[in-house]
Amino acid sequence: MTVTVEKTPTARKGPAHHASRTGRPHAAWALPGVLFFTFFAVVPMALALYLSFTSWDGLGDPRPVGLDNWRKLLDDPRMAQSLWLTVVLTVASWVFQTVVALLLGVWAAGRQRNRAILSAVFFVPFLLSSTAIAILFYALLDPNFGIIQKDTLGSQSGAFLAIVFVGGWQFIPFHTLIYQGGARQIPDVLYQAAAIDGAGRYRQFFSITLPQLRHTITTSTVLMVVGSLTYFETVLILTKGGPGTDTAILPYLMYEAGFKTYDFGYASAIASFLVIAATGLSLILVRLTGFGAMRSTREGM
Amino acid sequence: MSHDTLARPTKTDEPSRERVTASRRRRHWTRRPNPVAGLGAFIWLVIVLIPIYAMLSASLTGADKALTGNPLKPPSDPTLDNYNTVLTTGFGHLLSNTAIVAVSVVGIVLALSIPLAYVTVRTRDRWSNAAFRLFLLGVAIPAQAVVVPLYLLIAKLDLYDTLLAVILPTAAFAMPVSVLVLVGTLRDVSEDLYEAMALDGASPLRMLFQLTIPLAKGGISTVVIFSALQAWNGFLFPLIFTQSDEPRVLTLGLFNYVSQFGINIPALLASVVLSGIPIFAVYLVARRALVGGLMGVGGK
Repeated sequence: MTVTVEKTPTARKGPAHHASRTGRPHAAWALPGVLFFTFFAVVPMALALYLSFTSWDGLGDPRPVGLDNWRKLLDDPRMAQSLWLTVVLTVASWVFQTVVALLLGVWAAGRQRNRAILSAVFFVPFLLSSTAIAILFYALLDPNFGIIQKDTLGSQSGAFLAIVFVGGWQFIPFHTLIYQGGARQIPDVLYQAAAIDGAGRYRQFFSITLPQLRHTITTSTVLMVVGSLTYFETVLILTKGGPGTDTAILPYLMYEAGFKTYDFGYASAIASFLVIAATGLSLILVRLTGFGAMRSTREGM
Repeated sequence: MSHDTLARPTKTDEPSRERVTASRRRRHWTRRPNPVAGLGAFIWLVIVLIPIYAMLSASLTGADKALTGNPLKPPSDPTLDNYNTVLTTGFGHLLSNTAIVAVSVVGIVLALSIPLAYVTVRTRDRWSNAAFRLFLLGVAIPAQAVVVPLYLLIAKLDLYDTLLAVILPTAAFAMPVSVLVLVGTLRDVSEDLYEAMALDGASPLRMLFQLTIPLAKGGISTVVIFSALQAWNGFLFPLIFTQSDEPRVLTLGLFNYVSQFGINIPALLASVVLSGIPIFAVYLVARRALVGGLMGVGGK
């Protein structure tokens, strides 16, 4: 091995053919992971798009039907309702979870012992699975057995609020933790300077804490938006999309179309729409807020 | 469990002496009580604890008294009958299936993500860059959206109604976040250390095992916890890719209990409690790794 070449900075940053001499791994190491992920996540995505142009009942072979499913998607009043519901549910959950998680997270970032103990208790709901939590609230909201002796899940607003609340109950612990981590990273000098300038606690919160947490808010928001699709379990167990179709969010509509009525072509059209919407939304969020800073830090390596 | 785990400052690179003064200075302004925030935290505590308390108390209520009682009332005559009912209806089988899924998923994710992240960080090759982009985009793919085509793939691979049908897609969907976390961690390993090892003539493989992995323990444990949680809590893939009793996992078992136990809500709640015990046990043991790892998501 020629030691001298490796020591020069040009060799270190040099092109890939220096790789073996500086002990760099071959790019092929990434191949198994890429292939695996491609096969089980990327190929299905493309396949979903293909299936959306076919009619398939899950048994025979898919039969091409052109734009039929997409036309149906545009005309289906349930689709319009479902899309609206999904958006409202996502926004309502975002507001509820962000406000509570941010306040709790900032509060828990303090160093007192009682906060540490409380934070540990706050985290407990996150340890139960979505299924377990949905079943828990299904039981606690039972009109005969439950805490509230009323048919909460039988009314439209009751069922909707129950889903928002149950989602928050489950995921606020996680987002609180994210905000706690973010708040811990805010430099103390900012608060000291503000204190010297006579800024009170609330002034400090709005002028220092909130602006400093903007990247944390983005991260948490992206996770919440993508995560709101996982409300599928909650909806399936808690309300089965009901009363009527009043809580049938998009993933639930897709599940019904595919695995209840065996219209897999239509289900694939809904699924493709979901992928396009979710990817678009994430890209917009990332662009708007610089979550892609992940890439710029790579330049410094 | 030590109570002040959370209170410990997060790991930083600054020397410890500076850290001490920093925390002393911090105390100066955070010590003042904040009654409004304290009240808010107390309200949330009540919201968190009431359902948990109601669940525990109801699961100890005899099935005959369940319909008349309010779950907020402590059971007058506590009984473990409900737990007995659940444990004798194949709960152990569900538990071991879930454990198999979780361990396999963690294994696959680590075996595939670590080399991938390592290559992404260590080479400036455009192929590894493209791979990283692929996973960056992958974070946004909702599992719900690809479940129909996956159903087709699983059927064609002849894996329908097996544990593998749950394990493989779950592992694939745990990969994007794992890769992102690992790339973030591996990037912190200093280039000088690699060069020093290169001077000794170490191969990339040896560097990975003797340098990178030991130094990236924090990120790796985050990935382990994250993917294990996903496997443990996964519901959609088992619901759609399995059918019979043989490969049934815990979450799906719980879902089936809803119809099986029907009106026997105390037994249903006992099954929920039982399903939470293993992960709660892990939480008690590995709380610092769990909380610290998840906290890092927002701190970066």
